[in-house]
Amino acid sequence: MKSGSNLEKVLAAGHFSVTAECGPPRGADPEIVRKKAAFVRGNVDACNVTDNQTSVVRMSSLAGCLLIKEEGIEPLIQMVVRDRNRIALQSDLLGASAMGVRNLLCLSGDHQKFGDDPQAKNVFDIDSMQFIHLVKSMRDDGTFPSGKKLEGAPLFFIGCAVNPFADPFEIRVPRLKLKIAAGADFVQTQCIYNMKKFKEYMELAKKEGLHEKVKILAGVTPLKSAGMAKFMRKMVAGMDIPDEVINRISAEPKEKQAEKGIEMCIEQIQELREMEGIAGVHVMAIEWEEKLQEIIGGAGLLPRPVVE
Amino acid sequence: MITGTPKPIEEILEMLEPYDNIILAGCHGCVTVCRVGGEKEVQVLASTLRLAREAAGRKINIREVSLERQCDPEYVEQMRPYVADHQAVLSIACGAGIQFLAEKFTMTPLLPGINTGFLGVTERQGEWSERCQGCGDCVLHLTGGICPVTRCAKSLFHGPCGGSVQGTCEVSKDVKCGWQLIIDRLKSLNQLENYGKLKPYKGWSTARDGGPRRILREDMI
Amino acid sequence: MLPCTGRIDESLLLKAFENGADGVMVVGCLEGDCHYVSGNIRARARVNRVYAILDKIKIGPDRIRMFNLSAGEGSKFAAYANEFVGKIRELGPSPINLVRAGQAHAVSQKETT
Repeated sequence: MKSGSNLEKVLAAGHFSVTAECGPPRGADPEIVRKKAAFVRGNVDACNVTDNQTSVVRMSSLAGCLLIKEEGIEPLIQMVVRDRNRIALQSDLLGASAMGVRNLLCLSGDHQKFGDDPQAKNVFDIDSMQFIHLVKSMRDDGTFPSGKKLEGAPLFFIGCAVNPFADPFEIRVPRLKLKIAAGADFVQTQCIYNMKKFKEYMELAKKEGLHEKVKILAGVTPLKSAGMAKFMRKMVAGMDIPDEVINRISAEPKEKQAEKGIEMCIEQIQELREMEGIAGVHVMAIEWEEKLQEIIGGAGLLPRPVVE
Repeated sequence: MITGTPKPIEEILEMLEPYDNIILAGCHGCVTVCRVGGEKEVQVLASTLRLAREAAGRKINIREVSLERQCDPEYVEQMRPYVADHQAVLSIACGAGIQFLAEKFTMTPLLPGINTGFLGVTERQGEWSERCQGCGDCVLHLTGGICPVTRCAKSLFHGPCGGSVQGTCEVSKDVKCGWQLIIDRLKSLNQLENYGKLKPYKGWSTARDGGPRRILREDMI
Repeated sequence: MLPCTGRIDESLLLKAFENGADGVMVVGCLEGDCHYVSGNIRARARVNRVYAILDKIKIGPDRIRMFNLSAGEGSKFAAYANEFVGKIRELGPSPINLVRAGQAHAVSQKETT
């Protein structure tokens, strides 16, 4: 066991694992986090807390993680390299580990121009690849990058993100390979709508044996409406939503589209379960956390296993 | 070259409020090439300022000069005989030149007439783009001659990130994805194995992050 | 004497206003017919830049204008000239000239008192 986290144990035991995502509030009110946590508890093996996603300032991921931990959910801290240099990153890693956070997702982060503070300084002292390497060496060597000994190594199950739908396609699997070489233990993918392309990606990954070296969790986001699908396709870079998906949900009358979206999500999870190399699913029901139980339960994944 | 853009005329006029008699200094170096601070630009700016000030009822006397460079002491000294005859110097050279004039003529206020930009190249007349950040530790041989620090909006060393779409950076459709460019170039040079190596963490102390920099060539002193 | 409007640059045009012109009319060959290939195209770009400058400093951008003609279009030239002069009369003296007249008036007032 690298970290002893629940997610690590569930995956090691061979179960199809489930993670979800919680966006912290745009303010200091902890009740908002607790309310979301109530919908998540019992439905996942770990829950991500995002880190100033799209550069929009929110309560810190670490604070969000501690709040959901108090509510009985295993946290998964997300850390972007956009806002913190290597000094702050190391410090936050030590702090998070000290507070019992055992799962980590290492990310680049969206450029600051997307948020409310586009004038902010652009940090990117080290990139996400180097950050993975940093965490791994602190955890396994028990030293700082300088070589000095740590008074207690941080224990993390190290994750990274991949986007099989970004360009250039031919570099996506080599990049995953690099992340694994750097020390990634698990992967969460960008949300998938184009299953055909995702399968192409998985074929290339399996050719390199990557599915055996790292635990791949496929990302899904249930569609609330046809409007949401069209918006995402147009506005979010790296989002690939095929016409069949849009047409399927658009075919429903407006008041039935949410239900259809959930049905499509459940079907998708079931299909992913059947695929070789997929170790779990990451359900990003953004601002729709109340549907998590219905989706995860509907896919036959409840109750979650308890692994000692 | 070092590039720059003209400051808005209102901003310059505001800076010139306390003065009636100034020097307007251009430079024959970089700013001439990017059409913002050369002799021609000095003439046009001087006329513009005189017209604007006179129309507002307050003439301004402008001595128009254009130095070979404002970043070398020999050329800057050429101004010394007459600098004290004027109340201020408005310089449309780059920030280095403006500061150098200020250092050499400590009794004269120095005003910047341009906003200095970046180290770049001429894509075509009228279009200049950034190429170098002066990080002090060049790795162009590993990235097919394309700089990841400058051309990637996130200065990644193992890009592209998930926001790269059809060769375009997520920050703007007018910005090419630096890593798409690097990968394409490595492919054409048959050097894709350069991509597959984990690069060491960048040392930023050779960049401006380490503090204002200095080069001392002892063999030349 | 200029061989071609391509020889005109912005500083020359601005100097005319500094020297007291209320308006500046630039007349070049028809586009595509420049005797020196593309001089009139460059002139057009420069006139446009001066137009923008005059607008920015509130001198009155319409005080500069470029017309394209062939050497044989005498009556057209006359028509353009009349049109432009009419426009300048409408706009009145340039702000520079107003200020200078005001000062001259003040000076002559001083001299008589």
